[in-house]
Amino acid sequence: MPIWNPRIERMPRTELEQLQLERLQATVNRVWESVPFYRRRFEELGLMPEHIRSLEDLRLLPLTVKEDLRSGYPYDLFALPLREVVRIHASSGATGLPTVVGYTRNDLRNWSELVARVLSAGGATKEDVIQISFSYGLLTDAFGFHQGAEEIGASVIPVSAGAPEQQIKMMRDFRTTALAGTPANALRIAEALEELRVPRSSLHLRWGMFGSAPWPESVRARIESLLGISATDNYAISEVMGPGVSGECEEHKSGLHINEDHFLCEVVDPDSGEVLPPGETGELVITTLTKEAIPILRYRTRDLTSVDVRPCPCGRTLARMARVFSRTDDMLIIGGVKVFPAQIEHVLMQVEGVEPDYRLIVDQVGGMERVEVQVEVPAALLTGDVGRLLRVQNLLRERLQNDLGLSAEVKLVESRKIGPVEHPSQRIVDRRRTEGGERRGTE
Amino acid sequence: MLTLTSADVYYGNVQALKGVSLHINEGEIVALIGANGAGKTTTLRAISGLLSPRRGKVIFNGKAVGGLPPEAVVRMGISQVPENRRLFGALSVRDNLLLGGYHLAWREKRAKLRGDLERVYDLFPVLRERAQQLAGTLSGGEQQMLAIGRALTSRPLLLLLDEPSLGLAPRAARAIFDAIAQFRQQGLTVLLVEQNARAALQIADRAYVLETGRVVMEGSSQELLNQKEVQRAYLGRGYRQVWEEE
Repeated sequence: MPIWNPRIERMPRTELEQLQLERLQATVNRVWESVPFYRRRFEELGLMPEHIRSLEDLRLLPLTVKEDLRSGYPYDLFALPLREVVRIHASSGATGLPTVVGYTRNDLRNWSELVARVLSAGGATKEDVIQISFSYGLLTDAFGFHQGAEEIGASVIPVSAGAPEQQIKMMRDFRTTALAGTPANALRIAEALEELRVPRSSLHLRWGMFGSAPWPESVRARIESLLGISATDNYAISEVMGPGVSGECEEHKSGLHINEDHFLCEVVDPDSGEVLPPGETGELVITTLTKEAIPILRYRTRDLTSVDVRPCPCGRTLARMARVFSRTDDMLIIGGVKVFPAQIEHVLMQVEGVEPDYRLIVDQVGGMERVEVQVEVPAALLTGDVGRLLRVQNLLRERLQNDLGLSAEVKLVESRKIGPVEHPSQRIVDRRRTEGGERRGTE
Repeated sequence: MLTLTSADVYYGNVQALKGVSLHINEGEIVALIGANGAGKTTTLRAISGLLSPRRGKVIFNGKAVGGLPPEAVVRMGISQVPENRRLFGALSVRDNLLLGGYHLAWREKRAKLRGDLERVYDLFPVLRERAQQLAGTLSGGEQQMLAIGRALTSRPLLLLLDEPSLGLAPRAARAIFDAIAQFRQQGLTVLLVEQNARAALQIADRAYVLETGRVVMEGSSQELLNQKEVQRAYLGRGYRQVWEEE
């Protein structure tokens, strides 16, 4: 696969670290000078910019949380006056005030370059016809991929999000070779293809670059086989930029290469905030190194991952982060046991005959917590041999108990009854606190 | 080729550089821009050995430079052209150039210096014409050419230039910048300090912006030319150097 910027993506790590240090120091000097929010935090900590003398000193800097961005709504964290800003994006604000992010001309140029790297790593070149099926609007995904695709010189089709039938028609008519969108969207398209009996041979699709929400390997396998493509994961977070933070290389799919010349990534213990060594799983914390409009120090993403600094066989020296399946706030505590939706997914995946779509319902009945896991199975299993049905049910119950310590009722339901979701948190129905209320949706 | 890591430099008790880090790759032209007193010249001196950083590292081709005397630094291949040129006015142009190679061993000298003189004369033909003239009688631009030429005869790998266009007429300044841009083809690496930020950014690959002893921005010259803060602070609104308009 082509490497978009070999000089950077294959840079020896000592050189990369020097570059990171220079950029970190310049960023710290700039926020200290021009962002009152950070100036106050530095003063509270008794910190001066010149205390940052090495990359290890990163941990001296204050952490930034989503609440900080919200309390600065809309423009307080900007390091430059608004007249220098040429684009503004925002999160959906589904859980409160949206978080606003601005881009200068240089920020946009860097953003395009970084998404170009992600698309190239995923297999795309200037020969490709890239269909953008993210919805265009305030969110960062569609515009990020759009610019990146233009940067590599591909032909861009800004279809935006829409009905699977429409996406399929576009793909056929325009000979789309690469699809960028959410994994849930891709799965819907893939399933519609099967339902509408559209022959795979009428499509030219080769690559899929999916992100912005967690998707398990089982979903990847299904998308890849139904669409007949190679699908790569990438990581986006609107508070620091949008897509372009990291992406998998198509050849190895063994972690997402972080664009470390623009982002410094740490993994911290979500409870104590302590920095964890490479390889350990914790909360991803990102510091921007080149952002002009809104430089952000140590942003707590709430996403759980680990970082691998060993070189990848693809030739890139950029560190890889593990695919993100859970967020710190996805964690459920059931009967004193910590459970993440991704762990449940993992258990379900290992039981034969079970489909990836499921729902977890937590309830409180007379002071006792009651958990029910509803899982899709093919209709044939439901109408077939009862003995086999019971075996699957028992196996699931045992695995949940043994692997996760979760005592749950298991209910098997017909395919498509639950269906794909945009975010794993939507699979959890927690009736313990809010009567019948669903947990928050995706952002 | 050269890396400076978190360098702190003091003049007495006054801290002039506060944790400055930068790097220069072989064959690059890198510019330092910033207002008067921002620490540009101090940074050059920390590299050439005229000043020694109290903390931080200066590494040139894998070897530590910090704390070495200037002549040892010259031998490693770093040569500085000081602001105000510092020529020997009562000596001829040719003798000034020969002095640049004073640190070479006797035996090396003859053969090498002859070639070096030719190279300098090719770069600045006017110096060949005035080879026998006293340096003190040259114009400002010619003196600057001579100062650069003298630094080149010490066969540097890295050339440090401090305000080469200072006090020069537009035409002379342009000749100097054109010559610096040519160094790239000769495989020479350059660190350039300039008040004339626009001219510097036009010939440099990358640049660092210094403010009160700290690096506040770094990036490709193109990026910095696009940066409105840089434009306002260092390039001036609608500002064009006179020499560009000729």
